Amino acid sequence: MSTLTTRPAEVGAAVGGEPLATRLHRWAVTVDHKRLGIMYVLSGLVFFLVGGIEASIMRAQLARPANDLVSPEVFNQLFTMHGTTMVFLVGMPILLGMGNYLVPLMIGARDMAFPRLNAFGFWLFLFGGLLLYFSYIGAQGLYGTAVAPDVGWFAYAPLTDRTFSRGNSTDYWILGIMVSGFGSIATGLNLVVTILSMRCRGMTLMRMPLLAWMMLIVGLLVLAALGPLTAAQVMLLFDRNLGAHFFDPQEGGSAVLWQHFFWFFGHPEVYILVLPAFGFVSEIIPTFSRKVIFGYPLMVAATVAIGFISLSVWAHHMFAVGMGPALNAFFSAMTFMIAVPTGIKIFNWIGTMWGGRIRFASPMLFATGFVAMFVIGGLTGIMLAMVPFDWQVSDSYFVVGHFHYVLFGGTVFAIFGALHYWYPKAVGRMLDETVAKWSFWLLFAGFNLTFFPMHISGMLGMPRRIYTFQPDRGLELWNVLSSSGVVLQAAGVILIVWNLLRSARKGAVAGNDPWDAWTLEWATTSPPPEHNFDVAPTVGSRRPLWDLKHPEDPDGRYE
Amino acid sequence: MRRGSAVRGDAGSKREVRFSLRSAGSRCGSLALAWAIPGFAAAAPPIAPDSLSEICDPSTGLPMPAIPTMFDPASPPAADIEALTWLLFGICAAIFVVVQGALVHAIIKYRARRRDEAAGDEPRQVYGSNPVELAWTVIPVVIVFVLTLASVRLIRDIERTSPPEGALKVVVIGHQWWWEYRYPDLGIVTANELVVPAERPVWLELHSADVNHSWWVPQLAGKMDCIPGHPNTLWFEADRPGVYLGQCAEYCGNQHANMLLRVEARAVDGPLGFDAWVANQQSPPVDDDSTTPGRDVFLALACQSCHDIAGVSEGAFGPNLTHLMSRATLGAGVAPLDRDSLRQWVDDPQTLKPGCNMPSLKLDTNQLDAVVDYLASLR
Repeated sequence: MSTLTTRPAEVGAAVGGEPLATRLHRWAVTVDHKRLGIMYVLSGLVFFLVGGIEASIMRAQLARPANDLVSPEVFNQLFTMHGTTMVFLVGMPILLGMGNYLVPLMIGARDMAFPRLNAFGFWLFLFGGLLLYFSYIGAQGLYGTAVAPDVGWFAYAPLTDRTFSRGNSTDYWILGIMVSGFGSIATGLNLVVTILSMRCRGMTLMRMPLLAWMMLIVGLLVLAALGPLTAAQVMLLFDRNLGAHFFDPQEGGSAVLWQHFFWFFGHPEVYILVLPAFGFVSEIIPTFSRKVIFGYPLMVAATVAIGFISLSVWAHHMFAVGMGPALNAFFSAMTFMIAVPTGIKIFNWIGTMWGGRIRFASPMLFATGFVAMFVIGGLTGIMLAMVPFDWQVSDSYFVVGHFHYVLFGGTVFAIFGALHYWYPKAVGRMLDETVAKWSFWLLFAGFNLTFFPMHISGMLGMPRRIYTFQPDRGLELWNVLSSSGVVLQAAGVILIVWNLLRSARKGAVAGNDPWDAWTLEWATTSPPPEHNFDVAPTVGSRRPLWDLKHPEDPDGRYE
Repeated sequence: MRRGSAVRGDAGSKREVRFSLRSAGSRCGSLALAWAIPGFAAAAPPIAPDSLSEICDPSTGLPMPAIPTMFDPASPPAADIEALTWLLFGICAAIFVVVQGALVHAIIKYRARRRDEAAGDEPRQVYGSNPVELAWTVIPVVIVFVLTLASVRLIRDIERTSPPEGALKVVVIGHQWWWEYRYPDLGIVTANELVVPAERPVWLELHSADVNHSWWVPQLAGKMDCIPGHPNTLWFEADRPGVYLGQCAEYCGNQHANMLLRVEARAVDGPLGFDAWVANQQSPPVDDDSTTPGRDVFLALACQSCHDIAGVSEGAFGPNLTHLMSRATLGAGVAPLDRDSLRQWVDDPQTLKPGCNMPSLKLDTNQLDAVVDYLASLR
C-alpha cells in the first residue's frame, strides 16, 4: 500500500491554472472511462432532479380529490416524462456510468475495452435525453400546441397510433429513447468485453469483485433487452410515419404485440436497474461489516440465475391482458422462481453482517436501508406474481408502491450509498458525514411516508395514472400521506446535492483508502491518475488489499 | 334505504368472515399454510374499517358499501381473491418478520462498539457455509412451489373459457372515455351503467372501440383489459343486490381518470327489479308531442350524428340515449344525472369533463331548453 504513490497535488487539480474553455474542451473530447463515468452520473443526477420535480407536481395535484392544480393534459405528460426520465435518463446512465467508472479500476484495467465507443455511448445518451425534453418546445400536439409525450412510459398501442396521439410528441418519445438506447447498447457491449478480456493478472472470473459480476450480467441483459425495444420503436415509427400497421388493430396489426415487445425489454430492464444496485451493496456491506462477503460462489450463481430467469418473466406485466390460463400459469411460476436467487442475495448480505463489526457510516446506512426496503419490494413482487391477486391490483397504486420500493428504496438508495462510498475515490475528498446522515434519515422517512400508503390506496381501488381521484372512496387519507412525504424526500435530496457540491471544495482530503476496504480501486490514488495504476496490479485472491494488509493470513487459502 | 336494508339484513358482516374461511379452506387447506387465514380474517381488514358499513344509492335505493373495495367481495371470483389475499398477507408477513428481524438483530448485535474499534483487529472472517446456504435456497424453493400451486389452482378456478350455466351475456365496449353495454339476447343497448340480476352469473365479452381500457369493479372480480382486436371475457355473479363501483384501470388518454364504472345488481322482481328494467329498455323511446321541438333541434344539429335514439337517430360514436333518464349518472359517472346537470352538460360538456370528445354545440337558450326537455323525457 505504502508503495503506491499518493498524489495529494491532484486533489482539486482541475480548479487550477487552465482557462475554463480548455477544461470544458478536455471533458468534451475525453475517452477516459473515469471522466465519462462522472459525466454519466452528473447528467443522471440532473435528470433525477427534473424527474423529481415532475413527481412533486403530481403529488401536489393528488393531495386531495378533484384538485385542479394541473390540467389532465399536463398531468398525463408529467407521469409519462417522470417514468421515462427515471428509467432511461436516471437509472440506466447512473448505473452504467458507475459501472464505467468502477469496473476498470476494480479489475485492474487501464480503461474500458473500447474507449471511443464509450464516449460515443455517453453522448448518444445525453443527446437522446435532450431530444426527449426538447419535445416541451418542439413537439406539436392537438391544436398545434407544444407538448411533451403523454402516452405513458410504456406507450401502449394503439394509444400511440396517429389517430389517438396527434402531432409528433410520441415521435419525440420514440426517437429520444431510441437514440439513448443505442448508447446503452454500446455501453453494455463495452462492459461485457472489458470484463471478459481486460482483467489484470491473477484475476480469474471467480476472483472478480461481485460488482464486476453483476455488471457483466447487466451488460449481457442490455444486449438482450434493448434490441427488441429498439426494433419495436422502429416499427412504431413506421406505423406513425410511413403507414405501416404493426400495432394497428384496425388494419390487422396487434396491440398485444407491442406489449410483448415492450415487456420483453421492460422486465430484463428492471434487473438491469437493480443488479448494479446489488453489486454496490455487495461491496459496501463487507467493507463496513469488516467481513468477507458470505457465500461468494452462491452470490455469483444467483446473479447468473437472475440473468437467465429475468428473460422469461416479462408477461407478468400482462396478466390482465387475457393471455389464457396456460401462459398466466407459466409466467406466474417463472416469477415466483426468480424470488429464490433474489432471496439468496438478501440472506447472504445479512449473513455477511452477522458476526461482523458494523460501522454505520453513510454508505452503510444507505446499503442497510436498501436491504430493508428491497425486502418489502420483493415481497409485494411475490404477491403480484400470484395471478388472481394481480387481477385485482394490477395497474393500481399497489403496483406503483411496489416498484418504487424496488427502484427507489432499492436502486436509488443503493446509488446514494455508492455515491457516498466512492465519492472520496472519484473526487479525492470526503463527504460531510453529518449532512449525509441527515439526508439518509430524511429520505428514508419521506420515502416510506410517500410510497407505503400507495399499497393501501391501490388495494382500495385507486388505478394508477389518474389525474384526479374520486372522493368518498376512502382514498383521501392515503393520498395526503403520500403527498406529504414528498417534502421530506425533497429535503433529503437537496441535502445530498448540497453535500456533493460543497465537499468537492471543502471536504477533508480522503487519501487512497478512507474506508479501509479490500478491492483494487482503493490501491490507487484518489482521484486515480488517467492510467489508473502506476504498476499493473497482480492479484492472488478476491480481496487483494486484504492480502496486502494481512500478509500473514491471505485470503487465497480459504477461497 | 327501503329495499337495501331488507335485502342485506344483518347477515352481512357475519357472512363476510364465514365466506373467507370457507373459501380459504377449500382452496388452500391442503397447503398446510392455512393457519395464516383465520388469524388475519378474524382480525378484520384494518385498512378498510368502513368497508362493511353501507350507504344507500339515492337513485335506485340499492345498498352500496361506503368504500367499494376488494375487501368487501360480492361475487365468487372476488371472494376467492380476497381469501387468497389474506393468505398472501400471512405468508409475506411471516417472511417479513423473519428477514427484517434477522437484519435488525444483526444491526443491533453486531454494530461496532468503541472497544472493538480500539482493539483494531478484524472480526472472524466467515467465507460461507454450505448447510446454511443450502437451507436458505431450499426453503424458499419450497415456499414458491406451494405458492405456484395455489396460483395455478386459482387461475383455473376463476378464469373460465366458457360461460357459466344460465349466464346473462353482455358485450362491453370501451370507448374514450365511456362504456357501451350490449345485451345481445335481450336486444338492449345502453351506456355507462351495467344493470344485471343478482344471484345469476354474468358473462362479459370485453371489446374496445379505440384504445386499451380495463374493466375493474373490485367487489365483483379482478380486472380484465378491453383491447381492440383481442376480445376478452370475464364473469361474476353478484351474491346480493347492490351498487358496485369501479373505474377504468388501463391508461386510455386524457380522461382516463373519469371513466367510471357502475354496476347495479338488482333483484329479478319488483318495480325496480331487473325484469322491469329489461321491459323498460326494450320499449320504444318516449314519443311525446310536447318535446317535439327539442327532438327537431336534436335532429337538426350534430347530436344525431353521434348519438343513437331507437327509431330517431343512428349515431354510433357516443352513448345510446334511448332511455337516458333510466340512468343514475352522467358522462361515465362524473355527475349525478338530473335536469340541472344534464342542462350543464348539453350546454358545454367540457365544464363537467374537460377533454371529453363531445364539443359544446353553442346552443342558444331556447334550443338548449328544448333539447334538455326532450332528453329529460327519455325515461
